[in-house]
Amino acid sequence: MSQQNNTIGRRAFIRNSGLAGGGLILGFSWLNSCKPKQVTEAEVLEMPKEWFEINSYLKIGENGLATIYCPNPEFGQGVMTSMPMMVAEELDIAWDNVLVEIAPYDAEVYGRQFTGGSQGIRTRWEGLRTVGASAKQMLKEAAAKQWGVPVSEITTADGVLTHEASGNTLGYGEVASAAMAIAVPEEVTLKSPKEFKIISNSKKNVEGKKIVTGKPMFGIDYQYEGALVAMATHPPAFGLKLKSFDATKAKSMPGIVDVFEINTYADDYKRNFFDTNAFTELVVVVGKSTWEVMNAKKSLDIQWEPISDYEYTADRFGMEAKIKVPSGLESSDAHYAKMEELASQPGQVVRKDGDPEGVFKTAAKVIERSYTCPFLAHNCMEPMNFFAHVTEEGAKLAGPLQAPMLIEGAIAASLGLTSDKVDIEMTRMGGGFGRRAYAHYAVEAGLISKKVNAPVKLVYTREDDMTFGIYRPSYQATYRAALDENNNLVAFHVKAGGIPETPVFADRFPAGAVENYMAEQWEHNSNITIGAFRAPRSNFMAGVEQAFLDEVAELAGKDPIDFRLELLDRAMKNPVGENNDYEADRLAGVLELVRDKSDWGAEKPGVFRGVAAYFCHNTYAAHVLDVVKGADGTPRVENAVCAMDCGIVVNPDAASNMCEGGIVDGVGNAMFGGLTFRDGATQQTNFDKYRIIRHSEAPKNIEVHFVQNEIAPTGLGEPPFPPVMGALANALYKAEGRRLYNQPFISDKPPLVG
Amino acid sequence: MATFNLNINGKVKQVDVDPATPILWVLRDHLQLVGTKYGCGIAQCGACTVHLDGTATRSCMLTVSMVGNSEITTIEGLSEDGSHPVQKAWMEVDVPQCGYRQAGQIMTASALLDKNPNPSDEEIEMAMNGNICRCGTYTRIKKAVKLAANS
Ligand code: FES
Repeated sequence: MSQQNNTIGRRAFIRNSGLAGGGLILGFSWLNSCKPKQVTEAEVLEMPKEWFEINSYLKIGENGLATIYCPNPEFGQGVMTSMPMMVAEELDIAWDNVLVEIAPYDAEVYGRQFTGGSQGIRTRWEGLRTVGASAKQMLKEAAAKQWGVPVSEITTADGVLTHEASGNTLGYGEVASAAMAIAVPEEVTLKSPKEFKIISNSKKNVEGKKIVTGKPMFGIDYQYEGALVAMATHPPAFGLKLKSFDATKAKSMPGIVDVFEINTYADDYKRNFFDTNAFTELVVVVGKSTWEVMNAKKSLDIQWEPISDYEYTADRFGMEAKIKVPSGLESSDAHYAKMEELASQPGQVVRKDGDPEGVFKTAAKVIERSYTCPFLAHNCMEPMNFFAHVTEEGAKLAGPLQAPMLIEGAIAASLGLTSDKVDIEMTRMGGGFGRRAYAHYAVEAGLISKKVNAPVKLVYTREDDMTFGIYRPSYQATYRAALDENNNLVAFHVKAGGIPETPVFADRFPAGAVENYMAEQWEHNSNITIGAFRAPRSNFMAGVEQAFLDEVAELAGKDPIDFRLELLDRAMKNPVGENNDYEADRLAGVLELVRDKSDWGAEKPGVFRGVAAYFCHNTYAAHVLDVVKGADGTPRVENAVCAMDCGIVVNPDAASNMCEGGIVDGVGNAMFGGLTFRDGATQQTNFDKYRIIRHSEAPKNIEVHFVQNEIAPTGLGEPPFPPVMGALANALYKAEGRRLYNQPFISDKPPLVG
Repeated sequence: MATFNLNINGKVKQVDVDPATPILWVLRDHLQLVGTKYGCGIAQCGACTVHLDGTATRSCMLTVSMVGNSEITTIEGLSEDGSHPVQKAWMEVDVPQCGYRQAGQIMTASALLDKNPNPSDEEIEMAMNGNICRCGTYTRIKKAVKLAANS
């Protein structure tokens, strides 16, 4: 048990005015008032006649049912299930009696409503349990008062309060009303992991039924009386901007209401770090139906002109950053040539231990290898979209976004409103992967609604979505390693950069495990916009570092797992440097677990194995992938075994699902993913050219194992993903006899001989 | 504009639309049946899959004028309460992550099982290859199809 100071719990008792006046809630319609035909799980359970709002995360009905509000938006990680599980655990209620709704956006009450960076569970772990424990304490005190007994004599289980000595029992619903009058406890006691009944016991996705029955739940499904449809056209290439347009034809087409230009940010608006946007001047078509608007959009006659070099200042987490945007129409060929050139020049040294230069000169063996990867598009399956209704009184917006707090200011500024007049509803998202942290499309929707003076849903076509920017950058990395005559790794050098950002983590493994170590970086500006993409930077560095270490192990004549464990042993016992960002024993732990579970070392004819392990986003991951060749020689991952250490696992089956998805995504992007440019335009605009992994290319079996410990949980959205590329590269080497250095592997062809 | 009488989920629905309108947008915009999803608009992703006389069909490339008297079934018509064996299997295996494409996956899977009640792994992969899942739930989808086949 742990004592928890209850600041979070107390903040939770600022009852949310959006929920209902006076704390008493009647009915169940407030969330769904503009979505007809919404069938909720609630209709299956017998609904309470009255709801008592215990705090802003929780209301209890007179019949004992509880509704728990999930504070963070959902895009598939299962936070709508796992976060309420944390509240329910400490509340001591039966999970079957819990309904879940997404909370309204209100940062003052709910804090950081941001799903991203694998930080959701980690940052909510104490707060949500405290909320549940506080409510339980208030219910207990209410019962104690009613029975006239000391509160310490009351126990709780499955939504029932019991006073053993007198044999009295009360359901939570029976004291919920009285509990509302109890003072919020100053301090509460949280359970120890051994006492958990809900946490660490798999619960099914609370939205599962709505999903499989096709209920409206995504932003693109948002229904609103009288809503018009809007689409926006951005320049066809990076480095271009709007010059002029002729909308005569479009305006005369059936169902079209208006065609006009919008400018996303006013000139004096100071962008924040998530206001990334190359295309701020857009031509908008508004009409009655999607098909009519799509057709009119195609008929627009628009002239574009080249941009000039420009600069703007952005607020980068409280610091001013100058962002330089070069003019020009860029191409992938030129990017790769530039990266090769920069890789051959000295970079900015970000860490140096010992004397790497000296050791490389005298070492018995030196190996150097270079790796590249292309830009990637997030390709969320639900294209970007947002609903907005802007009136004199204020703005009501709804749609898919990972962090309303990051865009609220831009919306308010663009509409000339104060933030308190902007109401943002978070809908379920059809994928996020980082893309929806950049919600420029919500600003656009607001401006469009204001201009046409009507409710509007802005929808991106797939092509709009894929070509708008905010991509995973293109990177290059060169690694060097030196071995002594006993095949010990004595020096390690990484130099990496990208367009337009560096992927280097100076203090990450094998930093700390090698006496002589150096990390260098470089960057090259671009007008192609980038953004966070599932495990930013790690999504390249993990794969190439782990592929390189495999090659070093081979050169040293050592088993790849033994070789890594040897290095980690050094990092545990006698680490080099002080800022190493990983815990060596936990990284070794997942390697050992995956070694045991995969039966590593057992030779299986026709099965080619590769291993990789990586730490990022506070979590440890290791994978063994088995590649098998099909009848036509095509390699495919037959089997994947994964070991994770993310501390306590809140919802194990859903956590496995996340890891399975991360592995499939890793195989897919390493094998097929890639966005290439010519004259500033992407050469892929839809799924006919942009290849996404499909059923017959995905691993057939995936096994996920978690290290069992009682460490506070960390995230899983990102960590399983990055090392997959390394394990795949290493397995493909075994299968093909040729190392792969350039992603996507499908186009990394052997050099032509002759 | 023209008037069409469509057989959708066992009911006749009248719409007045441009004859070139894809069924996807007729369903979503005119009939408020939004379970059928837009993903690519060029028959590459499978999000918009419906049954046309029992066959899994991409509704984004199927114009309203092509449908005639054929029966269209959407996810909303498979069962309203999630009682169809494929929907049940999907919940049992807890397939979805983001869930956006699952309606399309379920429609393809249910059409497959109607024709081939006991598909092999390879047959499942072949039938489901046109349905992208960006979250990567393919192994669970296969598990769920097999579970539904056995129920
Ligand atoms: S929307 Fe029809 S297949 Fe993608």
